[in-house]
Amino acid sequence: MKNIIAIFQKQIKDTLKNKSVLIEFLIFPIMSIIMEYSIHIEGMPEHFFANMFAAMYVGMAPLVAMSAIISEEKEKNTLRVLLMSNVKPAEYLIGVGCYIWIICMMGSCAIGISGGYKGKMLLSFLTIIGVGVLVSMLIGAAIGTSSKNQMAATSLTVPVMVVFAFLPMLSTFNESIEKVAKIAYSQQVSILINGIGKTGASAENAVIISGNFLIAVVLFGYAYKKSGMA
Amino acid sequence: MEYVIEMQDVVRNFDRKEVLKGVNLKVSPGEIFGLLGPSGAGKTTIIKILTGQLRCTKGASMILGQDTGALEPFVYRKMGMMMDNLGLYERLSCYDNLKLFAKIYQVPRGRISEVLRQVDLADAAREPVSKLSKGMRGRLALARAVMNEPEILFLDEPSSGLDPQAVSMIHQLIKKEQERGAAIFLTTHNMEEASKLCDHIALLNEGKIVEYGSPKEICLRYNHQNKLQIRLLDGRNVALPNGSMAADEVKDYLEKEMVETIHSTEPSLETVFMELTGRRFE
Repeated sequence: MKNIIAIFQKQIKDTLKNKSVLIEFLIFPIMSIIMEYSIHIEGMPEHFFANMFAAMYVGMAPLVAMSAIISEEKEKNTLRVLLMSNVKPAEYLIGVGCYIWIICMMGSCAIGISGGYKGKMLLSFLTIIGVGVLVSMLIGAAIGTSSKNQMAATSLTVPVMVVFAFLPMLSTFNESIEKVAKIAYSQQVSILINGIGKTGASAENAVIISGNFLIAVVLFGYAYKKSGMA
Repeated sequence: MEYVIEMQDVVRNFDRKEVLKGVNLKVSPGEIFGLLGPSGAGKTTIIKILTGQLRCTKGASMILGQDTGALEPFVYRKMGMMMDNLGLYERLSCYDNLKLFAKIYQVPRGRISEVLRQVDLADAAREPVSKLSKGMRGRLALARAVMNEPEILFLDEPSSGLDPQAVSMIHQLIKKEQERGAAIFLTTHNMEEASKLCDHIALLNEGKIVEYGSPKEICLRYNHQNKLQIRLLDGRNVALPNGSMAADEVKDYLEKEMVETIHSTEPSLETVFMELTGRRFE
C-alpha cells in the first residue's frame, strides 16, 4: 500500500508540471463549462454539451494520460528503476490508475455540474463515466505497455482515441455510424448518460461495456506478457 | 555469507548470438569489484542478469544467496543501482525524486538531506532535474542508489562523460560506501578509475572474462620486461633489470643526485587488455 501511495503522490506532482497530460484532463471540462453557460439554442436537448463532452472525455483523457505516462516512464527508464526498487507492476499501475481515475472523476464532476446535473442524477452521471474511464485506462495501459517510447505510443494512441472519443458525437449525425458505434463502450456511455432520468441501463449496455472491458483486459495482458512492464 | 555475488558458467544468448560465454565471477562483502571491457563486451548484460532484469540461458547466477532468476523482495531492498540511463524524473526536483524512493524504501525523511549533502546537491535540492547538468544528474542518481544503505551497489559506468570534479566526488562516495561495508559492482571502461578504486577486476572481452585479479596483480603478471626505467637529469634514459644486480648502479645514480624519475615497467591495464585481446578499449 505504501508503494501505491508513493506512486500516487509522485504522479500528482509530476502531472501538475506536465502540460501535455494536464491539458487532456482540463480541456473538456473547460469547454463544457464555456459551452453550457454561453450557448443556448431553442430546442436543444437538455445537458447537450455536458453529455457530448463527457462521452468524448471518457474516450480521450484517461486513455491518452495512461498511455503517455507509462510510455514516458519506459522511455526515460524511470519505470525500470521503480521496479528494481521493489515496486511491483500492479502497485505502479494501481498508483497511476487511481490518480488518473480520480482526476477524471473531478473533471467529469465539473462537466456534470456545468450541465445542470444534481443529486442522484449527478451520481448516476459519475457512475457511468467512472466505468467508462476504467475501460479507457485499461486500453491506455495496454498501449503504453506495448510501446517502447512516447513516439510509438502516440502513433497508436491517437487513432484509437479518435475512434472512441469521436464516435459518440459522429453517431448523432449519421445512423450508419450509430449502428457501428454501438459496439464501442464510449457510445454506450453516451447512450447511458443521455438516458439519465429517462431510461435506465439495459442489458445491452451492460453486456457491451463488460465485453469492451474484457477485451481491454486481454489486450493489456497480451501487451504485458509480450513487452513486460519496463 | 562468503560471497554476495556469484556467477558460474553463465551463458546468455540473444536470438542466436551468444553474448556471454561462460562467465564466472565472485564478489565478497565490502569489496569493490570492477568489470572492465569495451562497449558491447557484455558488461550491462551481466548487471541485468545480476539484478534480475534478464535470465541467464545457462549457468547459475546468485546474489545474496538468491537465484537472480527469482529474486525475493528483500534482495531488492538490499540493492542500490545506478544504471547508464539514470532514470530520473525530469520535472520533479532533486528532493522530490529522492522523496519518492525514501517512501518506497521506508527510510526517514532526514536521510534525503543527508544524501543530498553527501553528493553536494543540498543547494540544488529544489531544482527540477531538467535544469541540472550531466554531472549533477549523475550525483543525484548515485544519491538515490545509496539512500537505502544497500549491501550491494551496482554502478554502471558511473563516471562516464562527467567532469573531473564530479568524478572525484563519485569516487569519494564509492569509497565511503565501501567503508560502510557495501559491496560495489562497478562497470567501467575507464582503466584509471578501475586501478584507483577496485580491489579486484575482471577484464571482459566478447562475453568472456579474459583476466581476473587485483589491478596491481594483473599488471605485474604481464610485466614481461621487468625493468626499472630511470630518467636522469642530463636527459638520458637508462633501463636496468629489476633486481639486486642493478642495486649498485641505482644507488650510484641516487648518491650523485642524477635521478629525475624512476619507474618500473609493468604495463597499464589497457596494455594488458590489448595483449590479451588484440583490441583497444573504446
